[in-house]
Amino acid sequence: MKIEGKKRLWQEYQKEIPDDRYFYVRSCVRQNFFPASEKAFLQIMKGELGKDVYENASHTTCSGIGYHSDVVPFETSMTIIARQFALMTSSGYENLVTSCITSFGLYNEVLETWHHFPEVLEKVRNFLRQATGQEFTIPKNVSHASDVIYKFRREIGEKGTFRLVNRYTGKPLRGVEHIGCHYSKMFPSKGVGGAEYPHVLVGMIEDWGGEVIDYPERRHCCGFGFRQYLVQANRGYSISCSRKKFESMAPYKPDFILTNCPGCPMFLDRWQYALGEMEGVTYGENGQGIPVLTYEELAGMVLGYNPWDLGLQVHQVPVEPLLDKIGIPYDPEAKFLGKGGEYLGKPEAPSVLKFY
Amino acid sequence: MGLLYDRLTKDVRFVEGLKACLNCGTCTAICPAAEFYNYQPRQIAETLQTRDDNRIEALLKSDTIWYCGECMSCVTRCPRGNAPGLLITVLRTASQDLGYFIESEKGRQQLALKRTVGDWILQYGYCLFPANILPENHPEQGPIWEWEHDHLEPVMDRLGANYKKTGPGVLRKVPDEDLEELKKIFDVTGGTARFQKIEELSRRKAEEMGMEFDDTMTNEYFRHIYTTNSKKHTEGE
Repeated sequence: MKIEGKKRLWQEYQKEIPDDRYFYVRSCVRQNFFPASEKAFLQIMKGELGKDVYENASHTTCSGIGYHSDVVPFETSMTIIARQFALMTSSGYENLVTSCITSFGLYNEVLETWHHFPEVLEKVRNFLRQATGQEFTIPKNVSHASDVIYKFRREIGEKGTFRLVNRYTGKPLRGVEHIGCHYSKMFPSKGVGGAEYPHVLVGMIEDWGGEVIDYPERRHCCGFGFRQYLVQANRGYSISCSRKKFESMAPYKPDFILTNCPGCPMFLDRWQYALGEMEGVTYGENGQGIPVLTYEELAGMVLGYNPWDLGLQVHQVPVEPLLDKIGIPYDPEAKFLGKGGEYLGKPEAPSVLKFY
Repeated sequence: MGLLYDRLTKDVRFVEGLKACLNCGTCTAICPAAEFYNYQPRQIAETLQTRDDNRIEALLKSDTIWYCGECMSCVTRCPRGNAPGLLITVLRTASQDLGYFIESEKGRQQLALKRTVGDWILQYGYCLFPANILPENHPEQGPIWEWEHDHLEPVMDRLGANYKKTGPGVLRKVPDEDLEELKKIFDVTGGTARFQKIEELSRRKAEEMGMEFDDTMTNEYFRHIYTTNSKKHTEGE
């Protein structure tokens, strides 16, 4: 095939990502389970790259988990999202960046709905006027925070102190990437590489010196399933999905799992512990698990941030084996200390998964 | 064409989700729920295409519509551009609007979702709130979460959060005037009405089942719907 034809073919897999002036909306799951990741994102964007990222303290949840648990009606979620747009408009921004993949999917679902059904947009404008008196402009661009890190991956790599290379063997570290389902399965054109070739995490791993493993269940859901995890009686669904992925990836001996959705890393981390307790199985080397990372954590590691500032101490699967392979220094004694250096006690060790 | 079918077609997600299904089963092949539960998204589309109100009503009262995880993997794969996962959102909306959700074990769980995620949205401005993610309800979160939960404020502080404080930042206190706006949005868009319906019909169902019911998350009915799995949902059980 001629180069021109190839370029044209790949054109539909490209995505426009703005290079500055972002209105940042946070993620419920990431704030609860990976709070330091959102802090790292802002530190990288503002401190390392000098970008303008604005957070309006009045923004709220987009209600996405409630919407996909089917307790929040679509009209309610659309109007909450319209309110976020109103805050963006009044703050003078046009590019929305969301920390959450469920939010990213829902923002796109709402915008597509308004595009195809303009009468629904008018209805939502009226709902918002009635409820809060606000008006809004539709964003020029909606990106996920992982899109933005992907865009600046080379700059991050150049500024970085560490490469994803095993210092004992000199070989690239082997990562598996897990893309959140709502990133591009619903609206492929909204994600880098679409649904078939999502490149957003691959680009980071490869540019930072690592190697990506392909494995059979690479695109299977982590198993959140909203009500399938949130209600205790349904959690068999959730753990079964994660187990299917672990069984499929383990033979390739990955050094780490990289994710862009805030929920997936929590499930892929915690279910390794639960499977250890339930079945006596572990998926890493020597009774260890496979460390699971957010893209902000991985970027922060490359940049040489203190692992405990990145929140790696709140992972149930310890990340130290990976830090050791890369050669990132850390103080084991400081792992469970508070901000002022006070000792907060230690978590109990799991009975199967190696923790200490 | 039936009245119930007509009602579903008024939802724009139905128009987007069902064009013309050829029943190829590709959605079932990719579906994580089909792998776990006695469930086939293909059958959902097939039933809807019959436009038979009796079959649709039976579906709305069944466990079947509650098995999907809304991962939307089916959307990518459908060769005709249908979206079975989106149809599920339409069916779950109708099941609640018509009061049919209390007729199934999985449908009754909507009360648990309303009293957790639903109420937390209005109370805190977040779908999840760490103080409320109790280790006893989440044994799978492991000892790390138990430790974090026991030391929530210093751990959040260490990780750079602005937990329960004013101004921007992770898990900040969402100002009362903003929570008030969320409440007004729920009032004008039908969110409050749905919450009230879930509460009222659940109360009646608890009475019918002879179970204690109050506004806590420890009452007999709540614990029953939150923890009971009759094990009739998966193959071989």
